[in-house]
Amino acid sequence: MKFKNNVVSLDAIDLRILEALQEDARQTYTAIGERLGIAHSTVYDRMKRMERHGIIEKYTAVIDFERAGAGNITAIMTVFTDPKESERVAEKLCEAPEMLEVYTSLSEELLIIAKVVAENQESLHEFIASSVAPLPGVLRIRTSMITKKFKETQLSIANNPEKLTFIKERHTK
Amino acid sequence: MVNEKVRSRILRPLAREKAFYFFTSIGNYTGESAASLKEFMDKIGEVNVKSLEFHFYRGDFEKWVAEVLEDKDLAEQIRTFRDLSPVGEKLKDGLYRILIRRYSRLKSMPQF
Repeated sequence: MKFKNNVVSLDAIDLRILEALQEDARQTYTAIGERLGIAHSTVYDRMKRMERHGIIEKYTAVIDFERAGAGNITAIMTVFTDPKESERVAEKLCEAPEMLEVYTSLSEELLIIAKVVAENQESLHEFIASSVAPLPGVLRIRTSMITKKFKETQLSIANNPEKLTFIKERHTK
Repeated sequence: MVNEKVRSRILRPLAREKAFYFFTSIGNYTGESAASLKEFMDKIGEVNVKSLEFHFYRGDFEKWVAEVLEDKDLAEQIRTFRDLSPVGEKLKDGLYRILIRRYSRLKSMPQF
């Protein structure tokens, strides 16, 4: 890992470590080291550095809520806002535990796009009516309920060899 | 029996978070809201009929009128009107008539 103009630069070993962690973040330093042919202390040092610099944000569990018996509904909410208030609205939305993801987007109008989860349709409506619509600057809201999930994943280094090559080239120049 | 205290309470302006927010379906907010009985009456005449039908048949209007405006009589009149299953412009006209009658009565009561 190198620094240039305050930008963190990853080398091929860092990327391989990240790839291994994306597959299974509970692997030991030794297991990753053996797989990559490097010392476990090297794995430890590099992971700690990547944690310090925010490249590795956290280690978490991916839960299948349906199997866990917590069946709920997910919806994509588009919030049309007064441009002057959009940042504040987005920040306020982030405070709600029902909000899984919140983004701002500039298309023809300034929008906030958010992924929201609720126990059922009624609680989703109640949440939007009582906690989103009243926020100052909210002009109108469109909500689409998700009926079937075809894919949900993070950007994976392992599944993107071209991206990996691109990153490698960019970071080794 | 509506006394002065009750009358003032029903006609009071509400905080933004207590307002009625008009939706056309689950999660689809029209951008219209009402924060008093007067404003609610005016909005009934303005908002899309689809929004009125959505809220009317969920019982949202009578719930808000009873719990937020605290006008149980008006809530009961709205609930009774639902038994006639009105839709479209008949729903809009009927609701507006109920509201303006109630509003005019409260406004015309002598104040002490």
